[in-house]
Amino acid sequence: MKTGYLGVDVGSVSTNIVVIDEKGEVLSARYLRTNGKPIETVQGGLFSVGEEIGNKVEIAGVGTTGSARYLISMIVGADIVKNEITAHAVAASAVVEGVQTIIEIGGQDSKIIILRNGIVTDFAMNTVCAAGTGSFLDQQANRLCIPIEEFGDYALKAKNPVRIAGRCAVFAESDMIHKQQLGYNTEDIIAGLCEALVRNYMNNVGKGKEILPPVVFQGGVAANRGLVAAFNKYLGVEVIVPKEHGVMGAIGAALLAREAVKKTGKTNFKGFNIKEINFKTDSFECNGCSNACEVVQFYENGELIARWGDRCGKWEMSTR
Amino acid sequence: MKISFPHMGHSYIAFKWLVEHLGHECIVPPEPSKRTLDLGVRYAPEFACIPFKILMGTYLEVAEKGAEVIITSGGMGPCRAGYYWVMHQYILNELGRNVEIIAFEPPLCDLKDFWKKLHRLRVSGGLSVKAFIEVIKTTWEKIKAIDDIEMRSHEVRPYEINRGDTTRALWKALDMLDKANSVKEIEEARREGLEVINKVPRDLSRNPLKVGIIGEIYVVLEPAANHYIQIMLGEMGVQTDRSIYLTSYTRKNTIYNLEGDVFAIARPYIKEAPIGGHGVNSIGETILFAKHGFDGVVQLAPFACIPEIVAKSILPKVSKDYDIPVLTLFIDEQTGKAGVQTRLEAFIDLLEKRRESRKRERLVV
Repeated sequence: MKTGYLGVDVGSVSTNIVVIDEKGEVLSARYLRTNGKPIETVQGGLFSVGEEIGNKVEIAGVGTTGSARYLISMIVGADIVKNEITAHAVAASAVVEGVQTIIEIGGQDSKIIILRNGIVTDFAMNTVCAAGTGSFLDQQANRLCIPIEEFGDYALKAKNPVRIAGRCAVFAESDMIHKQQLGYNTEDIIAGLCEALVRNYMNNVGKGKEILPPVVFQGGVAANRGLVAAFNKYLGVEVIVPKEHGVMGAIGAALLAREAVKKTGKTNFKGFNIKEINFKTDSFECNGCSNACEVVQFYENGELIARWGDRCGKWEMSTR
Repeated sequence: MKISFPHMGHSYIAFKWLVEHLGHECIVPPEPSKRTLDLGVRYAPEFACIPFKILMGTYLEVAEKGAEVIITSGGMGPCRAGYYWVMHQYILNELGRNVEIIAFEPPLCDLKDFWKKLHRLRVSGGLSVKAFIEVIKTTWEKIKAIDDIEMRSHEVRPYEINRGDTTRALWKALDMLDKANSVKEIEEARREGLEVINKVPRDLSRNPLKVGIIGEIYVVLEPAANHYIQIMLGEMGVQTDRSIYLTSYTRKNTIYNLEGDVFAIARPYIKEAPIGGHGVNSIGETILFAKHGFDGVVQLAPFACIPEIVAKSILPKVSKDYDIPVLTLFIDEQTGKAGVQTRLEAFIDLLEKRRESRKRERLVV
């Protein structure tokens, strides 16, 4: 049996599961749609990873990240729970030696991470605008009836990218429609959109950051070759897209788990077969004070094992 | 008269006492909630910043409860918040709410106006000048005691063993202060309140990071507007201090006062002070926090707040020169705290790694 480490990254759009070995090589990876059902998606995904490598690899540590990291940590029995910014930085540092800038664009958010000498020194994440993230690209691909996988290739075929307003997703869309109604061809519009998104990214999250090479571009959107080309053009350096760019968050979580269990010497992993376990959540409104917190209750096979969501800690503690 | 005022953190305890002892009835403003936000967003101009919207909602809520007069501060601009009360009054009139806003401008701008408004509050409450001064003095003591207790809670929270203990102790201490009616009683309540907080079971082996909170006054002072950021950070094991307390400028123990003129400190970075609001303060205070050994600074800025946007674009230079990381959080209508939590967790990771690597460097030297 080989020793492996499991990383699970549950984001707004995609759920990524990877198993890495002691050296950090990826043994198995899944890139799934969350479809608004994080618990079922992770249960199903883990089961399929288990079928693939379960009898060859023994999981020695588990890490979770992404916006559902706390919920999922309960389900898989995580040894470490980490925010996705740190997880992405850890993964990129492991894959590209000496990385100084990380561009990460996911389903609903985009971030920039600045590293110096292997240490994160600055980062930024979009706060109030989702223009330029995966969801918007998905929506536009859908509108133009182009499979998202081919979306970027259209941009590469463009001869004269048209100028699209990238400040806001709604404005970008109406600008695209206006240009299309005037007769510009689809390739030029898509290339224009890629350039607009890069401009918006650099102006929004990239503002005031010192961008030095090597620059790594990761996240689901890095699969879009049009955007890669637009970044290269804007930055004047070749951005590096790692092979496993879509699951870097999960790789980061797995690497962090490897570190975590070195200290504890054991794992809380519940096994691949959690499909059989019945997980359920419900919630109620606490009337203890005017805050009216919505408290979430988490059940495993009918047994209440955790509560969260209360600001004061009253309910959280009563389960201990 | 039935009088109300904006909700800013725990200060309502003191202002409630003030209004009641001036001989008026107090309509205590509720803590800003989802409903406050709904009302505010519905009736405020779309492009107004979040403080405007929350205040708008609060004013409508207190009007519902029967408030006749709302006391607030002006500010004379040049940030647009200086004229917010005029807009609020206009919207309240338009909605047919019979509420009058009395805004106090800084006394030095228009002394006559300031006295006229004070005079009106005193005479309508039926107080002698002497009694009036006494009530104001006592209120001031109460505000100071509230700030003392809150500051202590932020120092203690990162050491607490059971999450929530410090916050519950803070509530208890504030409740004691609420019941105090004289300078002497306030002093006693202050002492007992601090004791209650000091008794929280603590793990003193921890070595918490220190983070300074800067930014626009309303979102810094009102926890309900900033996702209770100081409590959140405290429960993550971080000690916080913020640039603005209502009593900051009278204190000797806040960094604000130790160093004198914050505008002078910011001058190497921005000569054309003031740029309105707390923009210049944000720059100066970042320098102060850096000089006083803080590990990082969090800037709270209402979305579309011009002074804070100007400050944000200057801060990278300050951050580099003084070697202090700065995280900017824009605050708008969103109430989900998951996004804020993610950014704060990542920021703390960054600060911790920095501290470790510095320690290593020192060992090598």
